[in-house]
Amino acid sequence: MPFPGAKRWLFIGIVLAVAVSYFAPQFNRYYLGVWTDVGIAIILATSLNLINGYTGQFSLGHAGFMAVGGYFSAWLSLKVGAGIAEAFWFFPLTLIAGGLFAAVVGFLVGVPSLRLRGDYLAIVTLGFGEIIRVIAQNTQAVGAASGLKGIPKLTTLGWSFGLAAVTIYAVTTLVHSTYGRGFIAVCDDEIAAESNGVNTTRTKVTAFVTGAFFAGIAGGLYAHHKQFLSPVGFGWLKSIDIVVMVILGGALGELIEGSLRMFCGRVPLKGLWATLGIVSSAVLLTWLPELLREFAEYRMIVYALLIILLMLLSPAWLFSAISLRRERRSS
Amino acid sequence: MDQLFQQLINGLGLGAIYALIALGYTMVYGVLRFINFAHADVLMLGAFSAFYLAPAVEKMLGGTSAVGVILVFVAAAAICAVIGMTIERLAYRPLRNRPRLTVLITAIGVSLFIEFTGQHKSVFGASPQPFPRMIPEKTFHFGNVIVSGNDLLMIGVTIALLAGMWFIVQRTRVGTAMRAVSHSQQAALLMGVPVNRIISFTFGLGSALAAIAGILYSIKAPGIEPLMGVQPGLRAFIAAVLGGIGNLPGAVLGGLIIGLLETFAGGIPGLSNYRDAIAFGILILILLFKPAGLLGRSTVEKV
Repeated sequence: MPFPGAKRWLFIGIVLAVAVSYFAPQFNRYYLGVWTDVGIAIILATSLNLINGYTGQFSLGHAGFMAVGGYFSAWLSLKVGAGIAEAFWFFPLTLIAGGLFAAVVGFLVGVPSLRLRGDYLAIVTLGFGEIIRVIAQNTQAVGAASGLKGIPKLTTLGWSFGLAAVTIYAVTTLVHSTYGRGFIAVCDDEIAAESNGVNTTRTKVTAFVTGAFFAGIAGGLYAHHKQFLSPVGFGWLKSIDIVVMVILGGALGELIEGSLRMFCGRVPLKGLWATLGIVSSAVLLTWLPELLREFAEYRMIVYALLIILLMLLSPAWLFSAISLRRERRSS
Repeated sequence: MDQLFQQLINGLGLGAIYALIALGYTMVYGVLRFINFAHADVLMLGAFSAFYLAPAVEKMLGGTSAVGVILVFVAAAAICAVIGMTIERLAYRPLRNRPRLTVLITAIGVSLFIEFTGQHKSVFGASPQPFPRMIPEKTFHFGNVIVSGNDLLMIGVTIALLAGMWFIVQRTRVGTAMRAVSHSQQAALLMGVPVNRIISFTFGLGSALAAIAGILYSIKAPGIEPLMGVQPGLRAFIAAVLGGIGNLPGAVLGGLIIGLLETFAGGIPGLSNYRDAIAFGILILILLFKPAGLLGRSTVEKV
């Protein structure tokens, strides 16, 4: 099932992003900042969803790739200096450079570690993420432990949402292409996929590298948004944040599809709801800490409870319980 | 030469603690096939139990005594055993038949929950607190080598607990049931083994070991705080994987190797900044080249 009117959605997304960024100066700066964060979160969650969701390879090191992209593009902006950095074509170039560098690191990490499965893969990717953080912490060229300061403010709401639209477009069309069937096949059953002629290693590495590329772009956006990078911000807790976003997104998507199936009897615009789930979970989880700012000391406790509850009460389980009750009642 | 012996003793003391923690990881992995991320936080809770119990016990008995120390150890172990069993009952048991990664994420959630609750100012608070001097520091001199009484205590306690573990697992009915569950849950259930109770027992046992390890670790550490379990927990986890996860002697061997490596590597300047990276590097190398560990058996996946 190809994504319905994917190009149209991409077009709408970009037009919206451009329009919003045109009116941006009139908005409250605080809201503007948080919504820019939302766009970055959407890119991170969508790119991780390609690895964790569609391909079923559990990665806990996504923040590491974000760090690689962020540090590299920020370093480029700082090295080149004020004159060229202001040119409008320069920013996308640094972002792409950051993304490509992250993709290269993703390749180097992915090729050996994707031979592992399940929780071992999770641990190894977590380990690589931490190693990247420790390297950043000890590299003088990027400010070491005190962080990288004075990055030019180049990220706007338009860039963040425009690139989020591009990421969603790229990932969904990739997954719904003929080649992309392989991702889902690997997720469903690796051995069956392999015996049907899918090159599972290559498929997994492709998913991993693509995910790393977009995480790198998100990192670049983040660097030019916050104007400050610190290795502490890219610890494994950040990776967990993104994983939770993907899981909540998947759950929300299933919830929407499940309720549609229940109330309409069918699911219109199939494939759109999963994306909507990811986007709404990125919005929710970016705004949640902002709304809980007054209760800062309880924030992380609530967050941890949210993770546990999310796992205990998955919508798949919810719907199977409901349909089970229906079957019992009808029989 | 003296230097070498000195480091060797220090390393063995540290390794003994890692071995105790690793035993908990490995036993839980044996029966449930998942990594209990919250194990390191149970260790922290054990240390804090002793932190609050030690002064109370001292007051009750009117001074430090061997009986008091043993009492604190046993009480902290019991508290943590109950905590471990509660975690299993509330968070892991409802997910028994779900994908392993769901359980893994839940375990991360439980770990974060304990850490952040502990950091709240009305619980333990985030700043380190000095651990009570439960055991008077004694040193023994063998030639030029200074052996601290605590290191000997750690090694002694580990050997005793290890022997106890071996006895429980190999020579008792519960141990037989544990091995049966680790072999195949379904078959064990069909043979009349109360699987849930055995898993609960395993969690209790592992958590009690973590509590004891936590106290021993705190005696040497400058202070205790809610995140204190993370570092030794990580090292112990690596030790468990190095020895072959699910394998009890492997956990001890891995713990000793990691403890010795850390002590000897600590003497090399410039490496200390990369300590975590090196620890993870070792883990990655083991998983890539010998995922079954040193003493573990590799399994073949059947289609």
